[in-house]
Amino acid sequence: MKNIRNFSIIAHIDHGKSTLADRLIQKTGLVEARNFRDQILDNMDIERERGITIKSQAITLPYINSDGEAFELNLIDTPGHVDFSYEVSRALASCEGVLLLVDASQGVEAQTVANLYAAMEHDLEIIPVINKIDLPAADIEKVKEEIEVDLGLDSDLAILCSAKEGTGVEEILDAITELIPPPEGSRDDPLEALIFDAHYDPFRGTIVSCRVFSGKLTAGETIRFMSNNATHKVEEVGIFRLDREPKKELSAGEVGYIISGIKTVSDVHVGDTVTLDTRPAPEPLPGFKEVKPVVFSSIYPISSDDYQSLSEALEKYKLNDAALVYQKDSSVALGVGFRCGFLGMLHLEIVQERLEREFGQSLIMTVPTVRYQFVLNNGEKIRVDNPMDYPDPTTINKGLEPFIRASIMIPERYMGVVMDLCLDRRGVDSRFNYPSPGRIEVQFDMPLGEVIYDFYDKLKTVTQGYGSFDYDLLDYRESDLVKMDILVNGEKVDALSQIVFREKGRSRALQACERLREEIPRHMFKIAIQGAVGGNIIARKTISPFRKDVTAKCYGGDITRKRKLLEKQKKGKKRMKMIGSISIPQSAFVAVLRSESK
Amino acid sequence: MEQAGLYLHIPFCRSKCPYCDFYSLASGSLIQVWLDAVLSEMGQYRERFGSFDTLYLGGGTPSLLSESQLARLMQALFHHFHFDPRSEITIETNPRDLNAEKVKTLKKLAINRVNVGVQSFDEGALSFLGRRHGPGDAMEALSRLRTAGFDNLGMDLIYGFPGQRMACWLETLEKALSFKPEHVSCYQLTIEKGTAFWRMKEKGKPMSVGEKTEREFFVETSDFLTGRGYIHYEVSNFARSPQHVCRHNEKYWHHVPYLGLGPSAHSFLGGRRWWNVRSVRNYCRILKSGKSPIAGQETLTREQMNLESVALGLRTCKGFDRAEIRGSAARKNLADLEKMGLLRYDENRVMPTREGFLLAEHLPLYLCE
Repeated sequence: MKNIRNFSIIAHIDHGKSTLADRLIQKTGLVEARNFRDQILDNMDIERERGITIKSQAITLPYINSDGEAFELNLIDTPGHVDFSYEVSRALASCEGVLLLVDASQGVEAQTVANLYAAMEHDLEIIPVINKIDLPAADIEKVKEEIEVDLGLDSDLAILCSAKEGTGVEEILDAITELIPPPEGSRDDPLEALIFDAHYDPFRGTIVSCRVFSGKLTAGETIRFMSNNATHKVEEVGIFRLDREPKKELSAGEVGYIISGIKTVSDVHVGDTVTLDTRPAPEPLPGFKEVKPVVFSSIYPISSDDYQSLSEALEKYKLNDAALVYQKDSSVALGVGFRCGFLGMLHLEIVQERLEREFGQSLIMTVPTVRYQFVLNNGEKIRVDNPMDYPDPTTINKGLEPFIRASIMIPERYMGVVMDLCLDRRGVDSRFNYPSPGRIEVQFDMPLGEVIYDFYDKLKTVTQGYGSFDYDLLDYRESDLVKMDILVNGEKVDALSQIVFREKGRSRALQACERLREEIPRHMFKIAIQGAVGGNIIARKTISPFRKDVTAKCYGGDITRKRKLLEKQKKGKKRMKMIGSISIPQSAFVAVLRSESK
Repeated sequence: MEQAGLYLHIPFCRSKCPYCDFYSLASGSLIQVWLDAVLSEMGQYRERFGSFDTLYLGGGTPSLLSESQLARLMQALFHHFHFDPRSEITIETNPRDLNAEKVKTLKKLAINRVNVGVQSFDEGALSFLGRRHGPGDAMEALSRLRTAGFDNLGMDLIYGFPGQRMACWLETLEKALSFKPEHVSCYQLTIEKGTAFWRMKEKGKPMSVGEKTEREFFVETSDFLTGRGYIHYEVSNFARSPQHVCRHNEKYWHHVPYLGLGPSAHSFLGGRRWWNVRSVRNYCRILKSGKSPIAGQETLTREQMNLESVALGLRTCKGFDRAEIRGSAARKNLADLEKMGLLRYDENRVMPTREGFLLAEHLPLYLCE
């Protein structure tokens, strides 16, 4: 056990985490250069494109240091977005140390600070690494100063590296073995293994990734999940190399996987403790939390004939995403679809993108919303996560909406704009912390409904990328909630309804009408878009009709060209939803929440 | 089956007009070589089209050809192809070319329909359009043609350019009607890619008058001409009576077969369309080596035929066969569009109203599945 090291790499997006991971894998000889594919750890297309890591994964690297001593280095990858902060915290809880990566040309950024705090919370050894020193814009001295001042770390310990060119990688490996403490815990104690990830394999079922803190586990034994006491017989244990490598046992200090005939990842909960059925641990490991969806939206097929195919796609997708929940839903405007719950907006976008890309679905997603509560006059309490279920207003005694505590870390100079943004989003009860000179942590209690859509983007914009954002769910608080409907040419489109805070009704209605005016193409007739609360029209925009579109000439040489143009337009029209005689593009359904034009 | 039409593209002009995107060279130096080539292209087609009942000499500026060149061309055409005795034989002309001699030649060569590129009777408009003739040239040319006994005259007019006043445009129309033309084409100025006007627009010069004004001019033009008894039978075309519609152009709009000869010309036969290489030099070189100048072809699927029938039909008052309306959505839209005043239909045909003409570009999207 003294030759095991468990670590993560934490970094701001684009600071080179995946490239460094690749270099470490390459350097330790786990993969031959000619078989090397860049960025091995991120194996989903979407992750590559967005430059973020969605699902954490692990890999065990064999390493022999300059003294000839053999080590097993377990690199645990972490997702990098606030939607997945719980998964990050479980990955960090499985480590003894982290590499904190800073871009030599960009310097310390907000996310770096937030990541540092996360690592400190878990009492991890932190090794600062300055990456991309090969860049002409690299300013190593300045970055060192920032590490010293902004992060409060010893910059003399910072390792200089260019993951791209492979310089400094050896020093990093040595630092991992020298500075990060080996795991503790006894293999003779009862089994305690922390689940930090799970994914689905079509042949083997759910593969559970875990860090063993104490005890040992071999195939054939029966494990128990401590959160729900479910038991499973272990078929195989092993470690992650480039592929899974079965082993006789997993024991204290190690990172590996368990296969035990679990059908879906939904039966496995990240953060749960695995123990042995015959000799259970007295207490689960700390920090378990059931991850619950906070953002809800409905998914409909563009063509109602595709319902069955969407249903099958969701079923398949769900095998690998425990966080997604869904049930059947129907709408007058859109037909039959599914009501889904997500961890956050990024999670929603990922689900949408993967359903479209990997499963070939053409979808409409409706306005995302949070889950509200209503206490009715008869004392009954109902939960509403779909505006269509908004109760008859005369029966409502009071409404409640979920509140979060938002923590925003910013350089001091952005204080004013961030305050404005938070107050606009109904933030209350502000508090300020000063973690280091020049930096402020602003905390607000805010309605979750105000941040789910474009709050994070807005924050990034007003702070020029320096603002980091994290939140914890607090509680439900009383709120005056109304349902705002959208009418297109007098026809109510139920899928565009939203539950909103009464005082914001008018501005939200105007905003929704304006977005729809931008999104819906001109038609041959005038289109009126209206926002209404309780039957009163409170906002209106119109889309003027085509007045003339005919071209002057169409002779022999023009016909093919003209037809091709029509074919293209026809295709575009097929990707729109017909509501009455109006074609509404997919994008319009979510755009109504956007506060500004694209 | 209806008889086919023959189009011959004569890609030569004295100078390029800044609005025109038809293929032509601003020099006549290649006319002889081109003539040899086009004659040899005729040889490649003998029997396939059966007989023709229209011939259209288009361009470019066909009237640029000398008497002997025109004579050789016509002779070859009548030698290679069979024409119905009642054929409509049209030539496009520039007013400046129509001297007494040229008019006599046209008459002699059995041409029975002359289309004159008048464009405008307003000095300022003609100079904006880069035309090298004045209003007087066109008037003289038209009188000469009448005197020579041509009883089927058409003229091309352009309107809707920046700064043009409605009154000024109506004056041009009024003057045009004083010659009692059998046919008037009124083209709203379109800024086409590759033209001088396009380049001006790219440089930021305001070249369009906006949708609202375009609509006003279109409606006013139609009102004016139909008020004088003309039939608005296609988006841009008006005929003095039903027998004066351009029979050749009608073939394009109703999928009647046509053969196009010359560089960049398009042909259509039995659901197949093909087109020749664009460049005159290439065209001549290919034909000299005895090969086919066809640059591309397409065979239309049922769906594509449907889309074209509807789109082209909607540009003409004849409309299209109602059987082209397939599927429940299209049927429902048909009724809706009638209510909106964009179409009329009976058991056999679907026809656009004038409002329908204005939106002819978008209507097919609602009528084809």
